[in-house]
Amino acid sequence: MDMLASLLPAGVAVHAPALIVVIPLIMAAVAAFMPKGLWAWGVTLVTAIAVAILSLNILGQVSTGGVISYAMGGWAPPAGIELRVDMLNVPLLLLVGIVGLLCVIYALPSVADEIAKKQQSLFYSAFLVCFAGLLGVTITGDAFNVFVFLEISSISTYTIIAMGAGKDRRALTASYNYLVLGTIGATFFVIGVGFLYMATGTLNIADMAAVLEETGHNRVTEAAFAFIVVGLGLKAAMFPLHVWLPNAYAFAPNFVTAFLASTATKVAFYALVRFVFSVFHPEVAFVSMSFTWLFAVVGVVAMMVASVQAVFQTDARRLLAYSSVAQVGYMMLGLGMGTAAGLSAGMLHLMNHALMKGALFMALGAFALNFGVRRVKDLAGLGQTMPASSAAFTVAGLSLVGVPLTVGFTSKWYLVTAALERGWWWAVAALMISSLLALAYVARLLAAIWMENPPASRGGTPPARRLAPWMVLAPMSVLAVANIYFFFHADPLVGLARAAANAVMGGN
Amino acid sequence: MWTPELSLALALAIPAIGGVAVALLGKHPNLREAATLVSAVLLALNVAYLVEIAPGHPTLELANLAPGLHLVFRLEPLGAMFAAVASGLWIVNSLYSIGYMRGNNEKNQTRFYVCFCIAIGAAMGVALSGNLLTMFLFYEVLTLSTYPLVTHKGDENAKRGGKIYLSILLGTSIGLLLPAVIATHFLAGSTDFVAGGLLAINGVTPMVASVLLILFAFGIGKAALMPVHPWLPNAMVAPTPVSALLHAVAVVKAGVFAMLKVGTYIFGPELIAAAPASDALAWIAAISIVLASIVAMTKDNLKARLAFSTVSQLSYVTLGVMLASPLAMLGGALQIVMHAWGKITLFMSAGAIYTATKKSEISEMAGLGRYMPWLFIAYTVGALSIIGLPPLGGTWPKLFLMQGAWDSGHGLLIVALVASSILNVAYLLPISARGFFAAPEEAKLKKKPPMLVILPPVITATGVLVLFFLIGPLRDYLAPVFMSSSLAAEAAS
Repeated sequence: MDMLASLLPAGVAVHAPALIVVIPLIMAAVAAFMPKGLWAWGVTLVTAIAVAILSLNILGQVSTGGVISYAMGGWAPPAGIELRVDMLNVPLLLLVGIVGLLCVIYALPSVADEIAKKQQSLFYSAFLVCFAGLLGVTITGDAFNVFVFLEISSISTYTIIAMGAGKDRRALTASYNYLVLGTIGATFFVIGVGFLYMATGTLNIADMAAVLEETGHNRVTEAAFAFIVVGLGLKAAMFPLHVWLPNAYAFAPNFVTAFLASTATKVAFYALVRFVFSVFHPEVAFVSMSFTWLFAVVGVVAMMVASVQAVFQTDARRLLAYSSVAQVGYMMLGLGMGTAAGLSAGMLHLMNHALMKGALFMALGAFALNFGVRRVKDLAGLGQTMPASSAAFTVAGLSLVGVPLTVGFTSKWYLVTAALERGWWWAVAALMISSLLALAYVARLLAAIWMENPPASRGGTPPARRLAPWMVLAPMSVLAVANIYFFFHADPLVGLARAAANAVMGGN
Repeated sequence: MWTPELSLALALAIPAIGGVAVALLGKHPNLREAATLVSAVLLALNVAYLVEIAPGHPTLELANLAPGLHLVFRLEPLGAMFAAVASGLWIVNSLYSIGYMRGNNEKNQTRFYVCFCIAIGAAMGVALSGNLLTMFLFYEVLTLSTYPLVTHKGDENAKRGGKIYLSILLGTSIGLLLPAVIATHFLAGSTDFVAGGLLAINGVTPMVASVLLILFAFGIGKAALMPVHPWLPNAMVAPTPVSALLHAVAVVKAGVFAMLKVGTYIFGPELIAAAPASDALAWIAAISIVLASIVAMTKDNLKARLAFSTVSQLSYVTLGVMLASPLAMLGGALQIVMHAWGKITLFMSAGAIYTATKKSEISEMAGLGRYMPWLFIAYTVGALSIIGLPPLGGTWPKLFLMQGAWDSGHGLLIVALVASSILNVAYLLPISARGFFAAPEEAKLKKKPPMLVILPPVITATGVLVLFFLIGPLRDYLAPVFMSSSLAAEAAS
């Protein structure tokens, strides 16, 4: 940790919390002016590397020096905007930074295939805006600022999803649906923040919490809670507010799907945790009631319904998208337990799920890149024609089911233990049934890939082996190997998840 | 230095390295098969050493996943016994595989041998595991690594069988066994196998123990307790060497071995006896024994008949665990050994008949014994052992189980055991009788079976005979696991 903390010179390290948001924003403007897609990608790559290094450095700083509070522009909080890093948002910064970097490496061949040449620079620029927005939501300590960054990331997300129209024009309606719902969600959220401002007279999250503790709650703050939960729940694809997600993931460019699936809903989930636990207090009556009767219930329903829906999908990416909704349910269930063990299990699954879905969507992207396939039945025989990508897909798929030797198993272990600790036997049953449903839908994909023969081409000969480009294979393999590595070395992720839960639950 | 720790590691490493060697030598079939045989012999030697040191409980930590979650090997006599059975029969079965796979011109032989190595490695992992978590991990690896073997033929039938195989085994293990494992960890703070029973020591009440016992009994799908048995008959689409070693020895025995370990070291006999569910489960096991035998009688396909016979015979072990008396559990443990040697003989005979004549239905096998007398003698010896007649190994488990049932006040269950033996006679011996005494359909065999498919069943049949006389040392080796010192002394006198 000391090593990470001294990764950057002290003069830079002090400003790391600001730089991690500002660099992608500035670079977005630079990327937009690049004459060629390749150059814009270069700018994006440099940015992503910088962000990854900054996120590691911030992890080092927080681990050694405790909570970082950075006053933007030198204006001290609560009047000025505060950037605040504690153990709860550090995992998210790392996730967005490192998985983001892997996705950017993957982007070059994928984007070159899917986006028109003229639009590539603009595409990378929009992506960097989205990247900056997600980092901003994660790092800011100011409630209104959360709204601003949420909108920055959302609006740019609508754009980059819509750019999937080059391959399939349904991307336009998918993006439009997301835009309508996303805007409603943002409106709900900002109304909630407005109510809180009325009740507390401050926008700083830590300050809000302090004021609320003093004054107690009333109808206004209760309404604020409801508005904020709905608004952020929509962004996090909390069942039944997930309807925008399946089509958005299915029709966006493959790189965008891989990136969003492993970061965007996670950041929204983090924001939800931040508001529920830091601003409101888990021991306040209406909050603790919402754990059992809202989060746990919608979590379990999502785990069941979305998993069943996934089983019957014909489009491979839609299948995994429904699976994502179900997996958000796992995190909601962890949150709903309202215990440190439950929340840390949810946070652990948040990180592990990013490793799984990143690899899975990258592999689907690789299949689409080489053979243009997207339906489940078209995956037939890919085990023979693209063995490496298929192997990575298999590892991540088994992880999704929760087979031992993968991080999915670790997630399930901690979630079930937390449920047992809470005495929720029904939640254990739900977790297991949902795992079996996951087995059913993953088995459909794997059966097509390994058990079927590739379709014969016109000449009657089966298509030859076609390796995915190394820039696709490398990040995909890193994620697939991470799925196994963090099973054997669960300590770092479990430690991060525990620290995150303790940061807001006040444990040790 | 040949230390116990090294030996434990080698039990996993030898099959793994063997698998890599097989994969690299894929282009040279003779060298490839040599790699399999060398690995098998080395593994058996290594396991022989492990058998000797098992009472000293050597321990090896494989990995520390997170605080409180360890992958660890800790050897004890039951595990050493299972490892010895699996690794010893791997040698015989490898010889047989070479004869069978070449005799039938099977495709993808390299994949076949590689998966075989992984499966044996996983079986070793199950045998040596020192806690439930480790056992669960290797249990799942065993399921996944045998799937390509089950679907080896690659036709629609094989895919259908493989689907049922995988969905039942993974479904039960993830849906029932995993929560049971996690609940054990939650209740007891660890999943270690402890003499006397982890849950008993941690004061778990009989009601909670009952729930867990039911989860374990059906979650360990490989033990094929009805109604989670259909995967086993469906696994018969695999080439016969797979059915012989994996679906008569390694995989199914991993299941009942896990039952036995869980019964002995997680619950402890006293807690099982106190749990209300154990009576019900004992009856379910008894019903499995009789019902599967009856179904076996209706099957004309020899492998299907043997598969249902296996379902029936596996429940003997489950029954022994649920009766929870020392003699019954000892009977269960011995059943693992004796049934393995008997049933592998029967399966290898079935495969030899198929290799020579391409016949798989019993009704077509009239008179074949005249052309393959040694094979049919071996088959008959194996069948008699499964029925439980002296002087063959299969006698002992039945005897101990009956005594154990009587001791624990379940005299009525003896009826089920006797009925099963009679049914065994009815469905196993007609094959010998038709083979020797019915008039053959053809004047002579189309193709002489290769030596390598005849010799292995003869070897294992001899083994069945020898095992009858080895009961003294075997009992002395295993008895301390199940008996407190006073009982052990009583049994010895």
